[in-house]
Amino acid sequence: MPTLNRLFGRRRRYDDIDISIREHIEERADELEAEGLPRREAEQQARREFGNVALIEERSREVWQWAALESILADARLALRRLRRTPGFAFTVLLTLAIGIGANTAVFTVVDRILLKPLPYPDSGRLVALWLNAPGAGGLSNFSSGLQLSTSMYLTFADHNQTFQSIGIWSPGTANITGIAEPEQVQGIGVSSGVLETLGIPPAVGRWFNQADQDPRGQKSIILSYGYWQRRFGGNRAVIGRSIQVDSQTRTIVGVMPRGFRIVDHDFDLLVPLALDRHHQILAGFGYNGIGRLQPGVTLERADADIAHLIPVWMDSWSNGPGSNPHYYEVWKIAPNFRSLKQQVIGNIGGVLWVVMATVSVVMLIACINVANLLLVRAESRQQELAIRAALGAGRARIARELLVESLLLGLLGGAAAVGVAWGALRLLVAIGPAELPRLSEIALDPVSLGFTLLLSILSGLFFGAIPALKYARTRTSALNLASSRTASTGRARQRARNILVVAQVALALVLLVSALLMIRTFAALRQVEPGFADAPHLETLSISIPDLLVPDVHTVAQMQRRIAGNLAAIPGVTSVGFAADVPMDNNDPDWDTMMVEGKTYQEGSEPLRLFNFVSPGFFQTMGTRFVAGRDFTWDDLNNVQPVIIVSENFARDSWGSAAAAIGKRVKKYSHSPWQQVIGVVEDVHVHGVDESAPPVIYWPAMFYDRFSPSPALDGLRTVTFAVHSSRTGTDGFLGQVQQAVWQVNPNLPLASVQTMQELYSQSMARTSFTLVMLALAGAMALALGIIGIYGVIAYSVSQRTREIGIRLALGAQKGELQWMFVRSALGLAAIGVVLGAGAAAALTQWMKALLFEISPLDPVTYLIVPLVLAAAAALASYLPARRAAAVDPVEALRAE
Amino acid sequence: MNRNPERRDLFPGALEIMILQSLRLKPMHGYALVRHIRQVSDNLLEVEEGSLYPALQRMLREGLLEAEAGTSAKGRPTRIYRLTEAGRRHLESEVLSFEKMFDGITRVLAVAKT
Repeated sequence: MPTLNRLFGRRRRYDDIDISIREHIEERADELEAEGLPRREAEQQARREFGNVALIEERSREVWQWAALESILADARLALRRLRRTPGFAFTVLLTLAIGIGANTAVFTVVDRILLKPLPYPDSGRLVALWLNAPGAGGLSNFSSGLQLSTSMYLTFADHNQTFQSIGIWSPGTANITGIAEPEQVQGIGVSSGVLETLGIPPAVGRWFNQADQDPRGQKSIILSYGYWQRRFGGNRAVIGRSIQVDSQTRTIVGVMPRGFRIVDHDFDLLVPLALDRHHQILAGFGYNGIGRLQPGVTLERADADIAHLIPVWMDSWSNGPGSNPHYYEVWKIAPNFRSLKQQVIGNIGGVLWVVMATVSVVMLIACINVANLLLVRAESRQQELAIRAALGAGRARIARELLVESLLLGLLGGAAAVGVAWGALRLLVAIGPAELPRLSEIALDPVSLGFTLLLSILSGLFFGAIPALKYARTRTSALNLASSRTASTGRARQRARNILVVAQVALALVLLVSALLMIRTFAALRQVEPGFADAPHLETLSISIPDLLVPDVHTVAQMQRRIAGNLAAIPGVTSVGFAADVPMDNNDPDWDTMMVEGKTYQEGSEPLRLFNFVSPGFFQTMGTRFVAGRDFTWDDLNNVQPVIIVSENFARDSWGSAAAAIGKRVKKYSHSPWQQVIGVVEDVHVHGVDESAPPVIYWPAMFYDRFSPSPALDGLRTVTFAVHSSRTGTDGFLGQVQQAVWQVNPNLPLASVQTMQELYSQSMARTSFTLVMLALAGAMALALGIIGIYGVIAYSVSQRTREIGIRLALGAQKGELQWMFVRSALGLAAIGVVLGAGAAAALTQWMKALLFEISPLDPVTYLIVPLVLAAAAALASYLPARRAAAVDPVEALRAE
Repeated sequence: MNRNPERRDLFPGALEIMILQSLRLKPMHGYALVRHIRQVSDNLLEVEEGSLYPALQRMLREGLLEAEAGTSAKGRPTRIYRLTEAGRRHLESEVLSFEKMFDGITRVLAVAKT
C-alpha cells in the first residue's frame, strides 16, 4: 500500500524537517555566540536571519502533499468545525443559499429544456414552420401568427420547391375509437406524407406511413402513440397488423411512435394519414400547419424566396370551383413568412421564462449579499484572531484562502441542500405552470442542471467569500490597534462595506417588488375585464363528435344533438343547456370567412374575414352572454332553415352605428349567397382570452347553409360543445348523470374535453398567474432577505456602539432620540436603495411590457406603494435592534471598559 | 537578515546542483550545507533557508537524497542528508548540461565583447 506508506512516512518527514530546522538555528546561534554575542541575543539573531520558520516548514511539508489540496482540506475541516460551533449562523446561511440556488436550478432546468433545447428532433435547426403573410386579407390581422397552408398549397409547394428536403402538413383533431372497450374520444393528428420524414424520428415498432397509406383509394392505416399503445394494448408488439375502428372506419395499425414523440408541440394518441385526393382539392381551406426540413445550408430567406415564386403557380393550378376567380387571392398579397420551428414552439412563453430566470437570479444576488454581510460580521469578530495570525507570519494569501475555503464550503453545502429544494420547486412548477410551456411535465433534474447547481454553488461561494477575503486579508496593519478596537466605537470605514451591501439589497428588492406588483396589477386588470360569459364555475362544457360513418345523415345528427341537450336539461339541478361549435377560450376557432353588409360596397377580395360560431337556441342564456338587442334563435328558426343571424355588439356598432340599428339589417357571405337577417345582438365575448380584445363574431344557427354551395341546404355540426349551467358542476354524481344523458341517445358517443368554463378562464390567464406567482414569490423572498439584511446591519452597529450609547445616555440623551438615530440611519440606507432601485426597475421593467395588460411599466401606483412598503420594512427591521440600544444601562455600558 | 546586496539569488536548478555536489563530498545536515556552500563560494553564494528546506524535501521525494538521524557537532539530534546512487547519476547529467550551457554563454559573451 504505497499510499499508506506515504501517509505514515509523512509524519516522520514532518518531524525530520522540524528537527533539521531547529538544529539549523541552534548551530547558527552557536556560531554567533562564538563571535562574541551573548547567548540570548545570538539565538534571537539566528531566528531573525532564518526568517519565517512556520512558513518555511509549511513549504517544506507541502512537497510531500498532493499539491495544495491537503492544506485546503485541512482548512475545510477547520471551517466545518467552526460552522458546527455556530449552528445559528450556519443554518441561516445554508437555508438562504439552499433556497437561492435551488430556485435558480429549478428555473434553469425549465429554461434549459424549453428554451435552449425545445425540439427533440435530429438536426432540428433545419426545421421550419411554414406560415404565410397575407396583409391584403382584411380581418386576417386577427390571426396573430399569420395564414396557415391549404392542402392545395401544400401539394404545390411539395411538388415544385427547390429548397426543402421534405415538407408536410398536419392538423390536430379528435377521433372516436370504438370496438376496443368503452367508446373513447382520442386526440388524433392528420398528417400528410412528409411530416414524419421531416421530423426524422423512426418508429418504435413497425413503420412510418408510405405512399400506399397516403393514397385516398389505398389501404386505411394508422400509427399509435407510445402512450396509447401502452394504455390500450399493454405495449404488445403484436399490434402491428391489427385493426381498430377509428371514427367508424376500420384501420390497420402499421406503427407505434416512440415515447415522448410529438408532432411539434402536440401530443396525440393516433396519427391518421390525410390521404389527400388530388382531384378534389381547392385553393381555400387555410387550416393546416406546415412544417418542412430545409436542405443543408439553405437559409430561411432563400426558402421564402423559393416558395414566393410558387404562389402564382398555386393559383394557376387550382380553383375554388366553377365560376370562381383563382387569382382572387392576389389581393391578399400572400407571401411566405417562414420561421424556425424552435421560435414557433417557444412562442411568447420565452419572454415569461426569461423574466422568471432574471428574477430568481436577482433573488440569488440578494441572498449572496446577505451571506456576504453575515460573513463580514463574522470575519469582524474574528479580526483579532486573524490579526494575530498575520503577526505570527501567516501570508495574506493564506488568510484569504482560508476565508475563501470557508465560503466555498458554505456554497457547496448550500448547493447540496439546494438539490432538494430544486426538486420540490420543479414539482411546484410542473403543477402551476401554464399549458403553454411545452413538455413541462417531462422536466426533471438532469446532469446539466446538477452541473449548473455545482457551478452556481462555487460561483456564489467565491462571490460572497471574496468580499470579506479582500477586506480582511489585509489586516496585518491593523494588528497594532488591537487594543483600541476592542472597545472603541466603530469607525465609518468599517461599517461602509455593510452599508453598501444593504443599499444594493434594497435596490434589488425594489426591482423585484415593482415587477411583482406590476403583475398583480395586471392580474387585477384582467379580472376587471368582462369576459362575455357569467358564472363560469357553474358552467360545465363537454364536446361530442358524431362521425359520418356512425350517423351519415345530418338531420339525424341534429336531432341527436337536440335530444342530448334535452336529456342534459332534465338532470336535476340543471338550469339551462345549449351547444355551439365552440365555447370561448378553448383555443379553437370554428371558422373564419368573409361577411358582407348590405348597402356597403367591397372591392373584390377586400371583404374582411370574420370569426364565425354556430350556436343552438339557449346557448347564450346558458353562457350568461347578454342580449344587447333583439332575440335568440328558436328551434323553429333552425328546423325551418330561416335565414337569420346574430352578431356581436362590436360588429353591429361598426356596421350600423348601434346595436339597436342592427336588428332587421342583412348580411351575406359571398355575392351569390342568400341574405341573412340580423335578429339579435349579443355582448362582446373575449373568445381568445381576456388579455386579447374581443373580436367581432357572427353567430350562425347550429344548422346552417353549406358554406360553398349557392343553394340553401341544411347542414349540421358533427362536433359540438355543450354548455350546461348547474350548481352541481364538477361533482362525480353530476358527471355520471351527464354521461348517462349522452349515452341514452347513443352509447357509442364518447365525451371529450369535460371542463368548466372556470377552468378555461383560468387557463387563459395561466401565463399571467404563473408569472405573477413566480414574481410574487421572488418579491417576498427579496423582501424577507432585505429585512434580515437591514436588521443584521443595525443590530450589529448597535452592539458595536454600546459604549457610545452609554455615554449619550449618561449625558442626558432621550431614549426616543436614540431609537430614532438608528431607525433614521436604516431609513437613509433604504432611501438610497429605493432611488437606485427605482432607476433600475424603470429600465428593467421595459422588458416586461409584453406581459402587462393595461398597466404601464412605469405605473405610478406601483412606484408609490413599493418604496412605502420598503420604507416600512426598513423602519421595522431597524426598530427592533434600536429598541435594544435604548434599553442599554449606561452604568453597565461604561463599566464594560 | 544582513544579506550582501552583491550576492545574487540562484537560478532554478542551480541550488539543487550545489546541494548534490556538496553532499557528494560528504553527508551533511542542513546548516552545514549552508555554511559549506558559503565558504566554498567565498561568500559569493548565499543559500536562502526559505528555498533550502523545500528543495531538500523535493530531492528526498525524488529519491536523489536520503535522510538519516544523526547528531550535530554539539551532540544535538539532527538529520544528515546523503546522496543516493540516483542522486549521483542525476548530478552528473545535470553538471554536463550546465557545462554545455556555460560554454555556450561564455562563447556568446566573448563574441559580443570583440
